[in-house]
Amino acid sequence: MKGIELARTAGTSSGSGSTRPASVGVTRARRERRAAFWFLLPDTLGLLIFVAVPMVLAIVLGFFRVDGFGSFDFIGIDNYVRMAGDPQFWSSVRITLIYLVAVVPLIFVIGLGLALLVQQKLPFIGLIRSALFVPYVVSLVVVAMVWQFMLADRVGVLSRVLGLFGFENISPLGEPSLALATVIVVTVWFQMGYYMIIFLAGLQDIPGEYYEAARIDGASAWQRLVRITLPLLRPTSFFVLVTATVAVMTGGLDLIFVLTGGGPAGATSLLIFYIYEQAFLFGELGYAAAVGSVLVVAMLAWSLAMFALTKGGRFE
Amino acid sequence: MTTLRASRRTRWSPTKIALMVLGIVLALATIFPLVWMVTGAFKPASEVNGSAILPSDPTLENFIYVFTQVPFLRYMFNSFVVSAAVTVLALWFHSMAAYALARLRFPGRETIFMLIFSTMLVSLPVILIPTFVVVRTLGMVDSYAGLIIPAIFNAFGIFLLRQFYVSLPAELEEAALVDGASYWRIYRSIILPLSRPILSALTVFFFLTNWNSFVWPLTITSNPDLRVVQLGIATFQQQYAADWNYVLAAATVAAMPTLLIFFFFQRQIVESIKSAGFK
Repeated sequence: MKGIELARTAGTSSGSGSTRPASVGVTRARRERRAAFWFLLPDTLGLLIFVAVPMVLAIVLGFFRVDGFGSFDFIGIDNYVRMAGDPQFWSSVRITLIYLVAVVPLIFVIGLGLALLVQQKLPFIGLIRSALFVPYVVSLVVVAMVWQFMLADRVGVLSRVLGLFGFENISPLGEPSLALATVIVVTVWFQMGYYMIIFLAGLQDIPGEYYEAARIDGASAWQRLVRITLPLLRPTSFFVLVTATVAVMTGGLDLIFVLTGGGPAGATSLLIFYIYEQAFLFGELGYAAAVGSVLVVAMLAWSLAMFALTKGGRFE
Repeated sequence: MTTLRASRRTRWSPTKIALMVLGIVLALATIFPLVWMVTGAFKPASEVNGSAILPSDPTLENFIYVFTQVPFLRYMFNSFVVSAAVTVLALWFHSMAAYALARLRFPGRETIFMLIFSTMLVSLPVILIPTFVVVRTLGMVDSYAGLIIPAIFNAFGIFLLRQFYVSLPAELEEAALVDGASYWRIYRSIILPLSRPILSALTVFFFLTNWNSFVWPLTITSNPDLRVVQLGIATFQQQYAADWNYVLAAATVAAMPTLLIFFFFQRQIVESIKSAGFK
């Protein structure tokens, strides 16, 4: 609605601005409004078509059965009824929650720990930082392939190392409970460098004098961490928790796709993978959209709550 | 400006030595899988599952096989075209939008910004199906347009650029405005040149993200001629699952550009991530 309002204003000002000399202030305000309209046009239009419309459609589609190409049958809440009684859906919800509860604290603690380590002035610290960060730049497809190679039954490097300690026949990707743990480990491995950098940026914003003063007062390293670092790192910590939650809940599709294919026996079928599977492997676009709409609503509520809490991304 | 490089001065103490050892061990453990991949790509089939890190007799055979069996150059070309197009168009449109949101006054500015901001955390995988339906309706399935256009629109870039523009001093445009310069002129001659650092950081970041993109190309294309490199290696792996020497060579080929970009543009990547941390 704002767009239309802007368009109308832009239209009138372009008509009257040139013919009738208005006061300089008014003309300038109109020029500014008209310019803003054109500057915002490409992105607003794109976001409208490729993000906003899909968001609404995600919820609308959930009430339809979509057959083949372009045939939509309104079926009311049937998809949601089906979802409620679908054990695979609930299993995916459970797996996603386990994944979330494992990965978010791990990347938080490991990311922070690594940041505290690599902010030290040590020889080779530049190389150490780069090495800890590098998995993040590699694609998830490559990550999945490398780990598959390392975890391959019998011939993989991990299997042979475990064999040395007498653990024969352990199959990290073949055993349902181990497969989810493996996905968690791999996720932490490629994400930790990203959060290390975010925490590092936060740490560097803390004035060094605070630490100097604490040292003079005889505070131990632990006390300095708990009394200075953690409280002053609150905005960064909050940001990490929020973004990591969203990233973990909605990401990892590529990883699951290539590493485990959701298996064994659905043990790594995250919600996002379950949705993809229903939509593009079984052709159940409507049902998949219904499942997806649950995720959309959750994410939207999450982002709006975050917007309110952070006052539009500007921390106090 | 901080980079991955460290400062030189060090005073030795047992704690420092312990921390350094810890750092080196963690770093080696972290890069081990990637080193194992790259060296494995140079091993013959008989050796690829062995325990030696370095190949006893390095061979390029695997790479030659990959490039002759599969049109890998075509895949890489597709990835390059898509990534470059998305990066250029996204930065152009995002800097325009960010300029308006940060520097121009117009009614509803805060509302529009809030709406744009709220789309930021709804990532593509969540709305994959409806986006697919929209793109199908627009007739862009199996086309470069389908690969490129939907990937452009992402509030993340707008948000970062807006934060950057907000922090520029207010007097910046005053003189130009008094001289009667158009807003387009101000954007091109004043704002864009000042944005060079953040634009170069975002260029590297966007290019990498799009080079690594897999789910969207998988969803939107079926024509093998439009296959991007990530899709290419995933398909290759399905066909050659047991031939790890070939699979690793393919993975190395797909990862090499990203690793090279990382080594040359570490600072830009790190800067773009740091500015994402809501500083």
